[in-house]
Amino acid sequence: MKAKHQRLILALLALAAVVGAALLALSALKDQAAFFYAPGDVKKTGLPLGRAVRLGGMVEGGSIRKMPDGVSIRFVVTDGVAKVPVAFTGIVPDLFREKSGVVAEGSFNPDGSFTATNLLAKHDEKYMPPEMAGSMHETKTLKQ
Amino acid sequence: MIAEAGLAALWFAAALAALQLALAAIGVRRSMASGTAGISGDGLTGQILSAVRPVAVVQGALAALALGLLILVFVRSDMSVLLVAENSHSDKPLLYKIAGAWGNHEGSMLLWVTILGLAGGAVAILEHRLPRPTLIATLGAQALIALGFYAFLLFSSNPFARLNPAPADGNGLNPLLQDPGLAFHPPTLYIGYVGISVAFSFAVGALVTRDVGPAFARAMRPWVLGAWIFLTLGITAGSYWAYYELGWGGWWFWDPVENASLMPWLAATALLHSVTVLATRDGLRAWTVMLAVVAFSMSMIGTFLVRSGILTSVHAFAVDPKRGAFILALLAIYIGGALLLFAARVGTVREGNRFDLVSREGALVANNLLLSVVLGIVLTGTLYPIVAAAMGVQLSVGPPFFDKTAGPVALILVAIMGAGPLMRWRRDDANAVLGRMIVPVAATGVTLAGFAALADGIHILPLLGLALAAGLATASIAPLWKRDLRRTPLFTWGMVVAHLGIAVSLAGMASDSAFTQQTLVAARIGEPQHVGPYTITLEGVRPVIGPNWSAIEGKLTARRGDGAPFTLRPQSRFFATPPTVTSESAIATRFDGQLYTVLGQMDEQGRWQLRLWWKPFVTLIWAGGALVALGGALSLFGRVRRERRAAKREEEA
Repeated sequence: MKAKHQRLILALLALAAVVGAALLALSALKDQAAFFYAPGDVKKTGLPLGRAVRLGGMVEGGSIRKMPDGVSIRFVVTDGVAKVPVAFTGIVPDLFREKSGVVAEGSFNPDGSFTATNLLAKHDEKYMPPEMAGSMHETKTLKQ
Repeated sequence: MIAEAGLAALWFAAALAALQLALAAIGVRRSMASGTAGISGDGLTGQILSAVRPVAVVQGALAALALGLLILVFVRSDMSVLLVAENSHSDKPLLYKIAGAWGNHEGSMLLWVTILGLAGGAVAILEHRLPRPTLIATLGAQALIALGFYAFLLFSSNPFARLNPAPADGNGLNPLLQDPGLAFHPPTLYIGYVGISVAFSFAVGALVTRDVGPAFARAMRPWVLGAWIFLTLGITAGSYWAYYELGWGGWWFWDPVENASLMPWLAATALLHSVTVLATRDGLRAWTVMLAVVAFSMSMIGTFLVRSGILTSVHAFAVDPKRGAFILALLAIYIGGALLLFAARVGTVREGNRFDLVSREGALVANNLLLSVVLGIVLTGTLYPIVAAAMGVQLSVGPPFFDKTAGPVALILVAIMGAGPLMRWRRDDANAVLGRMIVPVAATGVTLAGFAALADGIHILPLLGLALAAGLATASIAPLWKRDLRRTPLFTWGMVVAHLGIAVSLAGMASDSAFTQQTLVAARIGEPQHVGPYTITLEGVRPVIGPNWSAIEGKLTARRGDGAPFTLRPQSRFFATPPTVTSESAIATRFDGQLYTVLGQMDEQGRWQLRLWWKPFVTLIWAGGALVALGGALSLFGRVRRERRAAKREEEA
């Protein structure tokens, strides 16, 4: 093998590896990226069934109900346009409150309810997830 | 006055960085034009070149002085300094006043630039074997990087800005950061990031003076190794911190900020291996320089992701689009400039030595390619949501994506890692290599069959992880087989220990994901609960008071079979400044795993939520990380010692 050839082959291998990685990553992203939904979006786009999504909005006042097992809760997430009932089993984050922002990770059920595997609560203005900041803002403008 | 002195020190340091850059540029240009003056050390060119070293040292000292003064205003709780008022509180324990100096955006950037300055000073003092023009070009590149960050600090993130009138007391530090980890994790990671920037400066220096070869690789290697050791420690410590502080029982979340530290580590790992090929075999010249550029780009992207506020996490201290744009501009200038220089000069990098496909070099090339693939995947997964957000689509990319894509590639990488050290340099016989691989392959097979038969319903990735960990562990020790252990060079020990560390860590990850058991209950006081081999009883709950928090503390009595009972005290802490609640998990470590307990809330019937995990051998994850860093340290020490001896022999001869 000539010197130039070995160098060329190495460069091509490197290029192939990186392009391969990017293609693999992009194809996997199609299935695995969790999209963000506000309750109102669901009305517009239909239920995204069978995939992990994030649902964000406000916990509706008076909607948190504790289940008899002591570790499951149900509550309603609203963005002022639509409402989605959510079920969650686990220890809720410390800042999870009624009339406060929440992002639920999980998936939709065929009946339109949402099963959450994880809850992210709003910390304070400084640590608010950008998705939430966006959806809160939208809600505000919709109400006006 | 202290704050003004700090700001002045920062301005002086910036001015010296500019001087360092100018002197280096003039000196290198002149010495390259004349071709001799730089080496002989006399004449004006020699004088200019000699001036660069002390300037670099003083610049580092001034940056350190600025950081020292910032720590001083934090310790004195001088609320007339805006940064202190926003991020500190007089009630805070002293450790968090000191560490709190970098627990915010401005302070952490000052820490960054201080470490950069000190590293430049260290290069100026310690490096004597590199041809002088290359060294001075390296210091020039270092000054250029520092200058950008000084500008960033002075024009958009001044840590010494005053607040008038001064408030009575400050806002306090984010309680999640009030942990001994804060004193350790950011400096370690920054030393890693900055160490990579030194490696990058060496690469730029070598490209400028057209001097890419083994001498440059030997000068660069200790810095790459050092940076890599600190990145390894920083990532390991960060992972354990997140594990016990967040109370989620997980040790890696594929969070973008975690990826921001993983990507430079992957690139540095590749660079570490290719620089060895360049230093010992004089091969992979252009590739090594390219990797140095990539590794630095990754540490810049890491800094950008974490510091620009584009990501939401405990790391993103404040969102200010102006700062994001500033860092992005720096990023574009440095990475773009480096790539341009690389493209312009790569033609002058002469071809190094060649090698066969089946050889140590071949395995290292495979290692480099696979590391690049993992890097590409992590980079895509990390940047995709940001790009999507720019186009108005909100999404997040989480563990399922990374597990499915990076996981399999990493396992192939582990297999090659086992084979590589058993191959000879330059050329080897494929059959002979297979012969040497018999024991590790057998170990993999036996472990695979054993766990497949005994552990019901184990998932494929953890199963492969356990099997490959066993194979890699045996293969890592194999290079020591039949050797006189006392005569084995220290850097061979380093390689063995580091590779073994990866095997240990992999075993811990696989064991955690395959065998973790968890119980989530609403527990009545006195009612026994079960998780794994343990019986746990909630004895009671009481309030406790800390220095700047109050808490509700559960008392849990845990017992393993008929063993002696012991107590665990998980807490739910309330901080008044800023008002935040955090849960403090209580963890009991045993030789074969950890019992992890979290206290939740009380319900109307007086039951307390408890989350209990039994995580067999989870500690191996961080023990492995520590071994990897130890291996790096052994290797670094061994290399430096050998270089010293070689230098001495040259002098005597």
